[in-house]
Amino acid sequence: MKTAAALASVPAEVSAPRRTALTVRDLQVRFSTPSRELTVLESVDLDVYEGEFVCLLGPSGCGKSTLLNVIGGFLQPSAGEVRFHGERVRGPDPRRIFVFQERGVFPWLTVEGNIAFGLHKLSEAERRERVAHYVKLVGLSGFENAWPHELSGGMKQRVEVARALAANPEVLYLDEPFGALDSITRHSMRSELLRLWETEKKTVLFVTHDIEEALQLADRVVVMSSKPGRVRRIVDVDVPRPRDISSARYLELRDSLLEEIGLAHRI
Amino acid sequence: MSPRVSRWVLPGAVVAVLLGLWSLAVHLGRAPLMPTPWQVVVALGELCADGRLVRFTVASLFRVSWGLLTAVVIAIPFGLWLGWSPRAERALGPALQLLRPISSLAWTPLAILWCGVGDVSAVFIIFMACFGPLTVTALNGVRKLPAVHLQAGRNFGLSSLELLRRIVVPAVLPQLLTGLRQTLGVAWMVVVMAEMMAVNSGLGFLILDARNAGNRYDLVVAGMVVIGLVGLGLDRLLRQVERLPGLSWGFPAPPPSTAPAVARLRVVRSA
Amino acid sequence: MTRTRRQLETFLLPLGTLALLLAGWVLAVRWTGTRVFPTPQLVLDAVLGMVRSGLLMQYTADSLLRVGMGFGLAVVVGFGLGMMMGLYPAVATALGPVVQFLRPISPLAWVPIAILFFGVGDGAAVSLIFLAACLPLALHTTGAVAQVPAIYLNAGRNFGLSPPRLFFRVLLPAAMPQLLVGLRVSLWVAWQVVVAAEMIAVDSGLGYMIVDARNAGKRYDLVVAGMLLIGSVGLLLDMGIRNMESLRWVRWGFREE
Repeated sequence: MKTAAALASVPAEVSAPRRTALTVRDLQVRFSTPSRELTVLESVDLDVYEGEFVCLLGPSGCGKSTLLNVIGGFLQPSAGEVRFHGERVRGPDPRRIFVFQERGVFPWLTVEGNIAFGLHKLSEAERRERVAHYVKLVGLSGFENAWPHELSGGMKQRVEVARALAANPEVLYLDEPFGALDSITRHSMRSELLRLWETEKKTVLFVTHDIEEALQLADRVVVMSSKPGRVRRIVDVDVPRPRDISSARYLELRDSLLEEIGLAHRI
Repeated sequence: MSPRVSRWVLPGAVVAVLLGLWSLAVHLGRAPLMPTPWQVVVALGELCADGRLVRFTVASLFRVSWGLLTAVVIAIPFGLWLGWSPRAERALGPALQLLRPISSLAWTPLAILWCGVGDVSAVFIIFMACFGPLTVTALNGVRKLPAVHLQAGRNFGLSSLELLRRIVVPAVLPQLLTGLRQTLGVAWMVVVMAEMMAVNSGLGFLILDARNAGNRYDLVVAGMVVIGLVGLGLDRLLRQVERLPGLSWGFPAPPPSTAPAVARLRVVRSA
Repeated sequence: MTRTRRQLETFLLPLGTLALLLAGWVLAVRWTGTRVFPTPQLVLDAVLGMVRSGLLMQYTADSLLRVGMGFGLAVVVGFGLGMMMGLYPAVATALGPVVQFLRPISPLAWVPIAILFFGVGDGAAVSLIFLAACLPLALHTTGAVAQVPAIYLNAGRNFGLSPPRLFFRVLLPAAMPQLLVGLRVSLWVAWQVVVAAEMIAVDSGLGYMIVDARNAGKRYDLVVAGMLLIGSVGLLLDMGIRNMESLRWVRWGFREE
């Protein structure tokens, strides 16, 4: 079948063994409502390596956000475990920072205040330096004293990313961070995110329902099915960076992902 | 303990403890005239038996209804008008702002002067108490109306009057209901106050009279209990009305005011 | 509509209305031939008289002092209670029904009990004000805490904040606008109740002035003067708190979208 052939990885050169940042083993999440029991996630196994960019891809409601919340430590699984560098994840931790959509920005703090939020352990001078660095990095110079409600959606998103990065986490979780933005802004935000990732060399776990987005960003795409949520397939995106989104390989992968998820080629 | 059970057990325990402390305090003689909870219960029985409970509650409700009704009929159109016409608001707004903080109680001397001692006085006082809040609710309701609704209405060729009837009124209805419920709460509080000054029946009167005519503090507290229960009942009733499908489209059903919130600082939600 | 015209209107319309109302008032007094109800002029004279004799200042100060004490106490207790109920569901379940039951009981219904415990005087008045303001404040505080989006708290925890830090750095700032609203509403109630409390329980203050003026000589000019003063002070208090809404750290919660 075309799909299997297309998705079979081109054999990669042997590289140095990578450290595992996160392991997910046999994860299960069940919610019980008064009317019935709902299995949101079932038998999820996943390994994320350090410095990788991994996308969780799936339609709305397939449990990918739930999965991210469990990995992030905001939700306890019904069964199975998540380990970060070997230790069990029991709750949220500053080493693994979650970036929500722009509504996670604190409205009572300025841009500077937000970015400095996780830095309460540093000295005044260090904090200022860090904040200045990240304000510049995400391209918000000049807006240090602006209030969130004065900013556009894209800018607020950048504040949140800067806030996360400033705390120097090892892992970044992003839950459809560009979901509320228009498609043009989204496009440029993606390049910026990749630029930041390559500069900061963090491990990134990114949730999206957008196939193109997953292919443009990720090293590996975890395709999920819904009801119950499971890992359908993990796809190696072996298109070299910077990604040419018109290249043959890219289009091949895209078509096979479309097929995998069950979507038509023609609208 | 399952949440359903604890919903009753916890408050029940608290009430039991409070009642216990109350009894204890009285027995220790700290306040000689204060009744014990049991004496209050007996007093309630007394009120039921001689019919005063029903009569007085009805009298109070009667006054509340009239006061509230007249206020609704006058204040809501007035508020809608103020919200609709910026000019009207500019003209009358300041006067309204000045008169609103005047406690309904402060109107009592004038009420008695104009209406004498009696039901009309009490209704007048209640009216004055309800007028401000209802006007403001209607005013805000109109102000907050999304312009898109009005634009759509005009797009479909509606005249101003039709606009009012077919768009403005339905659109502000949910908010009016919430405001009505809150104003009813105010009216219920005020009727008690008004009855203490201006009439000779009703629950407020009962409280004052019980004390003046013989230090019957058991009746005083019994009256307070009835006031609390009826007030609570009225509030619940209107909350149910707010939830009616035909009326609740505007806002999600208001949560009960002390719905247990998640233990915010500590929890990791368990699946 | 031109700007100047609008500015003129903002000024003239209320003045015009005021003039109309005053004229109506004078006419009504003339037509009904009442001997008791004052004309605006008489009310003004009464006010000036009170200013000169210093009673105005004193009565207003007395009322404000009682409100201050009762309200201050209510803030401490109501805020604490509301916080507890908002943060710990067990507390909310336990105390909620009690609070709900006590709330509809008019503060004045507590007067006999208050007088029983404190006697006629400031104690009774302050306790009434406390009671009247405490419960709404508690309920508003609970609501303010409940509406803080979980996302902020999650973000705070993600950054490694301990629960006390989380409380002060995330929960409180996020709830501040709503807390301010609760404060304003409760102050409003407190001001209404002080008048009522003074009518019954003490012998100074604006509320007392109204009752006394009527009882001691049908001085309705003083009654109306008192009412207008009550309205004005209440308005000023409300405006004062409204101004706090534009303070830097709560302004964000009050923008019109």
